[in-house]
Amino acid sequence: MAKMNMLQAINEALDMAMAANDKVLCFGEDVGVFGGVFRATSNLQHKYGEDRCFNTPLVEQGIIGFANGLAAQGSVPVAEIQFADYIFPAFDQIVNEAAKFRYRSGNLFNVGNLTIRAPYGGGIAGGLYHSQSPEAYFAHTPGLKIVVPRNPHQAKGLLLASINDPNPTLFFEPKRLYRASTGEVPEGEYQLPIGEAEVLKEGTDVTVLGWGAQMEVIDKAVEMAEKEGFSCEVIDLRTILPWDVETIAESVLKTGRLVITHEAPLTGGFAGEIAATIQERCFLYLESPIARVTGMDTPFPLVLEKEHFPNHLKVFEAIRESVEF
Amino acid sequence: MTTTKSKVVYSPVFTDGAEFRIPTFRLLKQDGKLYKSAKAPDLDKDKALRIYRAMVTTRILDERMLAAQRQGRLSFYMQCTGEEAAVIGSAAALDDGDMIMAQYREQGALAYRGFTIDEFMNQLFGNEMDYGKGRQMPVHYGSKKLNYMTISSPLATQIPQATGYAYGQKLRGEGHCTITYFGEGAASEGDFHAALNMAAVHRVPVIFLCRNNGYAISTPAAEQFAADGVAPRAYGYKMDVIRVDGNDILAMYQATQEARKLAVEHNRPVLIEAMSYRLAAHSSSDDPSGYRSKDEEAVWREKDPILRMRLWLESKKWWSEDDEKQLQENMRREVLETMKRAQKRPPPPLESLVSDVYDEVPPALAEQFDKLKAHISRYPDEYPKSAEHAKGGA
Repeated sequence: MAKMNMLQAINEALDMAMAANDKVLCFGEDVGVFGGVFRATSNLQHKYGEDRCFNTPLVEQGIIGFANGLAAQGSVPVAEIQFADYIFPAFDQIVNEAAKFRYRSGNLFNVGNLTIRAPYGGGIAGGLYHSQSPEAYFAHTPGLKIVVPRNPHQAKGLLLASINDPNPTLFFEPKRLYRASTGEVPEGEYQLPIGEAEVLKEGTDVTVLGWGAQMEVIDKAVEMAEKEGFSCEVIDLRTILPWDVETIAESVLKTGRLVITHEAPLTGGFAGEIAATIQERCFLYLESPIARVTGMDTPFPLVLEKEHFPNHLKVFEAIRESVEF
Repeated sequence: MTTTKSKVVYSPVFTDGAEFRIPTFRLLKQDGKLYKSAKAPDLDKDKALRIYRAMVTTRILDERMLAAQRQGRLSFYMQCTGEEAAVIGSAAALDDGDMIMAQYREQGALAYRGFTIDEFMNQLFGNEMDYGKGRQMPVHYGSKKLNYMTISSPLATQIPQATGYAYGQKLRGEGHCTITYFGEGAASEGDFHAALNMAAVHRVPVIFLCRNNGYAISTPAAEQFAADGVAPRAYGYKMDVIRVDGNDILAMYQATQEARKLAVEHNRPVLIEAMSYRLAAHSSSDDPSGYRSKDEEAVWREKDPILRMRLWLESKKWWSEDDEKQLQENMRREVLETMKRAQKRPPPPLESLVSDVYDEVPPALAEQFDKLKAHISRYPDEYPKSAEHAKGGA
């Protein structure tokens, strides 16, 4: 075990993947000699050469189109989009191409080797275009996998799993935690399962569900709730698509209550999908309406960021209202 | 570090690049004779006839399948008519191991590589033998064994993919390149810009082949761009470029041969603009009489690329009237017979609805599939294609 922050964990995962397989390539804007604007790709060009770790021109649709071609050819591209906010120019290449490559060709061709890394999320005074959480846009797209880690240990294990997964995978990194989140990370290669939620804490009164940086918010809210005597079961979804219905349903069948929280806006957010599914599965067991604590239906603001944000106080309120309903 | 080494001037000088006019490379006249100073490329009889047969096959297949669409036997079709030389001449200059990433009007390249009439038909009818498992519209062909990437409808998306594919080929060091085909309309998409710029910066062995056939559905080239075609854009990327008479099989072949050398031996990406004309409608859903004149079409019908090649072959004594008659008859018969067979084959199994979305069917999707099967079992008459499949466990 070594103590490291999330960026170091991600860098180590990339380093290991490149060392293990010379078909693994890392590229994107400023990824090369500089090592990325967040330094996630530090030293990789130095270690593996300019052919395998390099800067691309500033063109997101090109980065992902290029990555799709590489993956189809048999290389293992790990493409970086500098901020998740700038993934939209590549939306067509991701949604119409990457996600449908295997299906449309009858499995003659696939881009399963593709991994797209993108820092996401708010709380860093990033305003409209350095704060977004776009996972729900992609969750509406069969063929993709979407993974979000919550700490360094998860980041390394889930990134290695994403790179090795035989399906195109979006890996959203909570940039607010890049340096803020530190922890013990096992040495050597290990993978955490994609498609499985993780129950972090067992409880009996209410299930509290989130992913990525929001797990830190949940921790604070649950600490408050436990002081009030509410027993909370805390679950990290980890994979948005395909998501782990069983683990969530099992928990809600036990607690009878569900609070879901994410940074992205409420309407069309992924909490809506979870709420609808759990309502179908657990109808007779629900003791209160499923609560969603999310960003507001506005663009992500700068100065009033704190007001907009689904912080621990708002999550705590939702837990209390749910239990006392 | 800048790559710009410009000279300095002391008055505001603007330029619109109009001085750059790219000439058209041409070898063969419409009567099958070479231009005076032209020299035919090194093309032996076997290869020339393989090219010619692929052109005739493509033309006959297109005529017959458009008719089948008109008869309601087929949902959709797109012809390559008029552009057979541009597509097949370029494909023939490649190694069969090179990757082809096409738009949709390049069935000729597949025909050249040996895709059988049966394989074409299975895709068109989406039957159980279709490699694509009946999921895509007709004409969206793909062949792993022939290195022909499965076609998709979104325009130009394959162009940056070709850059990436070729970059992988370069790293692998096996001496292969990728060619990507697209129309002059698709070249207006942002993906075109992304692909060419990345290819030039990273020195990728990729050939960009633009079929400039004058129209993108109803939009004439003059409303697609103001410049002298697509070719001059290569200057802006510092890329080798050539404009070729797309109805001239010999020029297309030789230009692509040279382009392949630049790509594979020197890692220099190349843009080829093949000037041609879309003689047919855009697709079976389009009627060009709404936007262009019969006179204009007639001018280009006179420049038929297949006839031009045939006259050249005859001048070399490699082809005769009898050969032509026989090929036409055999091919028409084969197309008809194969079509009948392909039409009778059953559709893909119901399971193919949910397989290949991922490498494995995820639990939530498996659940949706079970629900669907139960539903079909309750209304078997409403789902004649799949009622049988729904009964079996899957």
